[in-house]
Amino acid sequence: MPIALVDCNNFYVSCERVFNPKLEGKLVVVLSNNDGCAVARSSEVKALGIKMGEPWFKMKDIAKKHGIIAYSSNYTLYGDLSARVMSILSNFSPKQEIYSIDECFLDLNGFDPATLMAYAQKIRMTVKQSVGIPVCVGIADTKTLAKLANHCAKKLFAGNDGVCDFGMLTGIERSTLFARIPVGDVWGVGRRIAERLAVMGIHTVEDLRCADPELIRQQFSIVLERTVNELNGHPCIELDEVGTPRQQIMVSRSFGSPVMYLDDLAESVAYFTTLAAEKLRQDGSVASSLCVHVRTNPFSEREPQYQSSKIVALSQPTDNTTKLVKAALNGLNEIYRAGYRYKKSGVLLMALQPKGTIQPTLFDDPVEQAKSDNTMSVMDRINRKMGKGTLTIAASGITKRWAMRRESKSPCYTTEWSELPEVW
Amino acid sequence: MQQSILFPALVSQAIRIPLFSYKVAAGFPSPADDYIEGRLSLDEHLIHHRDSTFFVRAKGNSMVGAGIFDNDLLIVDKSLTPASGDIVIAVVDGDLTVKRLIKRGEQVILKPENHRFKEIEFKDGQELQVWGVVTSTVKTFHKG
Repeated sequence: MPIALVDCNNFYVSCERVFNPKLEGKLVVVLSNNDGCAVARSSEVKALGIKMGEPWFKMKDIAKKHGIIAYSSNYTLYGDLSARVMSILSNFSPKQEIYSIDECFLDLNGFDPATLMAYAQKIRMTVKQSVGIPVCVGIADTKTLAKLANHCAKKLFAGNDGVCDFGMLTGIERSTLFARIPVGDVWGVGRRIAERLAVMGIHTVEDLRCADPELIRQQFSIVLERTVNELNGHPCIELDEVGTPRQQIMVSRSFGSPVMYLDDLAESVAYFTTLAAEKLRQDGSVASSLCVHVRTNPFSEREPQYQSSKIVALSQPTDNTTKLVKAALNGLNEIYRAGYRYKKSGVLLMALQPKGTIQPTLFDDPVEQAKSDNTMSVMDRINRKMGKGTLTIAASGITKRWAMRRESKSPCYTTEWSELPEVW
Repeated sequence: MQQSILFPALVSQAIRIPLFSYKVAAGFPSPADDYIEGRLSLDEHLIHHRDSTFFVRAKGNSMVGAGIFDNDLLIVDKSLTPASGDIVIAVVDGDLTVKRLIKRGEQVILKPENHRFKEIEFKDGQELQVWGVVTSTVKTFHKG
């Protein structure tokens, strides 16, 4: 059963390049929230040896020397382009699993194996032309192998023109290829597991493929045993189709500068809850409880450290921003301690269920409920039309002293009328 | 005869029971009901491929002859394959530009629709990168 993994190349950088073709061939990085570290690098930057997650302040000298262009992350843009790419990809298979913002699995069962390479090329061409994002395609019989095939296509280990189909390899070719790839490149094998595997003499993908699954389960876990089976072409990880609503929704950010007072902290928590509630309504779900958390900066070693979280149960599952914010602020009040410099806060909406399935209680007021639904849908519509945060509840603040640092963010080319690309 | 005891009804405060707030249409059904169709949607009219359609803002006067003026909104479909005569968004020196695409044999030209601007010619070896095909413009005369 062939599965394809389609993965966007240097996705955030590619998004920036769609609307700014001048960046083509240039050294470009996209920085994380608060411009902390590199979260996407163009191939030219990768060639310089700059690692994923490298702190920006450490890179600044090299950046200056080589003329690296740095962008603050523009998740609004990346999110929109991702949705377009995923929607186009969904036309290529009846079954799609969106695995992350820039990659998805496609079930290619039933396709003639001989035509898969050409089909994958068509996928690449279509996405490149329609959205402007380059992608690579890996094809194999299991998800783990498809991930690896994609890795091979990207790193030019195998396949051609950004497509690698393990189905085209003979057993010997595959073994030779796998023997060249370090085991740490396998999906689900982290650095720590790779170190422990090395002790057992397992260094390459081929070593792991030939390992005794039984032994791997005893020494590690059933998860890694599955990986071994998947490397041998026995599917163990099902394709998770889209449509399953999220089980929880997390909105959490680091602040641009540390925050000390409850007022500022409360603003941030209210704002994050507002964002989470919007996502909740998009999914058509309601939350039964939520968890608020705050913490200081663990890297400021000389400062007093504090972190805490609080779960707040809601009397009734709800998707109402006002009710959720109230609950979140109650939680915050309990965990806030004065005298600390807080660096991060966040809200996790939990125990989500589809809105239609909730059991009304005796004390529910349908009129109130309808009113609340109306208010929320008006709020969502206005924010969609006039831009995020146009209509918000006062608790989430206006000055936002805690807001993220995003010094060089590109315009929201596809979601704001005032920021459209200009053509001459 | 069976005796029945009658109690006076207890008159207490009315209890408010919430009703469903959804409206149910009563009275005669409208004779038009069977003929109601969705309102016309500009999105549907102007956008044929949602995922590959982008809006861009025209700047300058190079295309006034084609009816494209400064600040007009252009609707661009990236999925279309450009043909000679199409108005396209092309990449020239890293900038996005709107011009008419003309192909004469091997020769490819980006033609402005304003005699004060020069044609951009692509000779052999020079590759023209088309970003998308302009399908419509939207002009606003009154902000409403």
